[in-house]
Amino acid sequence: MATPSKPQFRWHIAVFLAPAVLVYTAVMIYPLFNTLRLSLFSEVDQDRVWVGLQNFRTLFGDAVWSDQFWNALANNAWFFMIHMIVQNPIGVALAAILSSPHLRFSAFYRSAIFIPTILSFVIVGFAWKLILSPIWGIAPGMLDSIGLKFLYQPWLGKEEYALTTLSLVSVWQYVGIPMMLIYAALLSIPDEILEAGECDGITGMAAFFKIKLPLILPSIGIISILTFVANFNAFDLIYAAQGALAGPNFSTDILGTFMYRTFFGFQLQLGDPHMGSAIASAMFGVILVGVCIYLFGIQRRLRNYQF
Amino acid sequence: MKITTLKGALLATTLFSATAATAQDATLIIESWRNDDLVIWQDKIIPAFEAENPGIKLKFTPSAPAEYNAVLNSKLDAGSAGDIISCRPFDASLALYDAGHLADLSDLSGMANFSGVAKAGWSTDDGSATYCVPMASVIHGFIYNKDVFAELGLEVPTTEAEFFATLDAIKEDGGYIPMAMGTSDQWEAATMGYNNIGPNYWKGEEGRAALIAGEQSLTDEGWVAPFRQLAKWGSYLGDGYEAQTYPDSQNIFTLGRAAIYPAGSWEISGFNAQADFEMGAFNPPVANSGDTCYISDHTDIGIGMNVATENPEAAKIFLNWVATSEFSNIFANALPGFFPLSNATVELQDPLAQEFISWRGKCESSIRSTYQILSRGTPNLENDTWNASVAVIKGVESPEDAAMRLQNGLASWYAPQQ
Repeated sequence: MATPSKPQFRWHIAVFLAPAVLVYTAVMIYPLFNTLRLSLFSEVDQDRVWVGLQNFRTLFGDAVWSDQFWNALANNAWFFMIHMIVQNPIGVALAAILSSPHLRFSAFYRSAIFIPTILSFVIVGFAWKLILSPIWGIAPGMLDSIGLKFLYQPWLGKEEYALTTLSLVSVWQYVGIPMMLIYAALLSIPDEILEAGECDGITGMAAFFKIKLPLILPSIGIISILTFVANFNAFDLIYAAQGALAGPNFSTDILGTFMYRTFFGFQLQLGDPHMGSAIASAMFGVILVGVCIYLFGIQRRLRNYQF
Repeated sequence: MKITTLKGALLATTLFSATAATAQDATLIIESWRNDDLVIWQDKIIPAFEAENPGIKLKFTPSAPAEYNAVLNSKLDAGSAGDIISCRPFDASLALYDAGHLADLSDLSGMANFSGVAKAGWSTDDGSATYCVPMASVIHGFIYNKDVFAELGLEVPTTEAEFFATLDAIKEDGGYIPMAMGTSDQWEAATMGYNNIGPNYWKGEEGRAALIAGEQSLTDEGWVAPFRQLAKWGSYLGDGYEAQTYPDSQNIFTLGRAAIYPAGSWEISGFNAQADFEMGAFNPPVANSGDTCYISDHTDIGIGMNVATENPEAAKIFLNWVATSEFSNIFANALPGFFPLSNATVELQDPLAQEFISWRGKCESSIRSTYQILSRGTPNLENDTWNASVAVIKGVESPEDAAMRLQNGLASWYAPQQ
């Protein structure tokens, strides 16, 4: 019975992959490439004409467009910075506290901190707008009751504070995600390692910084890249809180709102799908470069420990 | 033989009655973004029209305001749009006309009932073709709390000096916010600020036409003066007005916490329902006593015909009816604050709406300066005017700088201004 049989083509693999591939192609890959394609066209007298890279030349060369683009990119970078220096350290700290075996009600805290993540942007934007409102908000009253009324500002209405305020609102909403991921990573560290460290006299804070932190670095890396992608694609919170013009004076304008305004139009400004696609392509480029830097520059240097 | 004849006769009657039935049941579908008005159409407007025009049925199918333009465009492209199209003013509808979706209605007999200003919102740039019947406009001015004015012994201001004296008096009393407006949503500063008080300075249509023709520029005195007024407004708005939104302002006023509200007439029905004090209105104060006053009487809603309609005759009958005083009366009284644009006389029941419409008799009407032609390019003049008006009210930009910025932006793409 030694007839060499040709390996059967395993159909079930294709069948099982097909739904995901088809859906993903239809809703992600096709629109992505179509957007890239659309950015190379323009509309002249009701006709779509090929213009090559002209839209990008306008976007980066014409001061009217490039000023807005760089402003949005800089705001986006600041938005990301706030998340990196506030959200992620707080997330790690919360996870470290929650994973401590001595903490009571830790399940309650975990849920309470995670709940804002599942709320809609519209609710979060609206709720915080009300909290911070100079007229009905509780923020002025609370500051007043502890004698700090002078610290109160109509934050969302001031150019110098609005973006930072919204970034912090976003941090409040999403701090649960890094917390959960790090929490899971911390739980997966075997007790033997910590006990071995204890034998060598490494306990408490030192145990965290010398043993746990290096072990969760890959998770922190993943969180950073997720934050980066999410922040540079952000749109909803700014739109919900400040509208498509991202006031005051475009101080909260990020790439998402800039793209929305251009693509769909706003008030009397008619939508321009081709310039909008050019901005979307530029956003795609920014994110692609960022992710590549991370993958090739940082990810490869992180060491994964096998337990 | 007989049987065949009978059959033929039967067939003929069936065919005849079938065609008669379709002719009787010409159904016109109306596209609109005014989903707030659904009840008014169903209960008042449609029954009134159908009673007079048996054989034509109307169906009002509104979509959400923010989605209307996009939904309508895709329906028109797909050939599934209704017979009657509600028209946004200016470029959005002009684009539909240019794309061959809206029929030219210049020859419609009812068009004679409308003035040139009324038709401007739905005419080609040279005015040669009008493609929508003007339906409603909104008038800008100031609504005030009569109780507060009586309590503080204030008179309705007619001049700029009196206006600021009134504001000072309210501020001095300290019990009320002099003026309820915020800059968070930005558009109020331009629409209820700049374009509300502006026509008095640029002399309404005269200045607006000169700006479009390139004979005046935004740095001329007539166009900078309204910014100088706005620059003084900041100190009369409530604490934290920088983060105050449009609904905040509405609530502050209807709760009786503010004395004056820079308004558009569309607020009337909402305010009537919310406020439990008596309200009055005054038109934007003029610079010197005795000057001609100008108001922003802005064309807002029009109604036109889809070129692809199967019932063009029925659609024209309906559009002619929209141009009559009968429609105007039903519409204006059902929606106080949206004023009919036809020259026909209209009896309004609402006292506040009466006050607003009475200004048409004593002042010159104009429309918002940025809406026709001037907001076609990049940078968009309307959006920039929002931004500049807010910056001036906050005091972060001087009136002259703001005007210069707008002028530079406009001149960068608009040939007559170069």
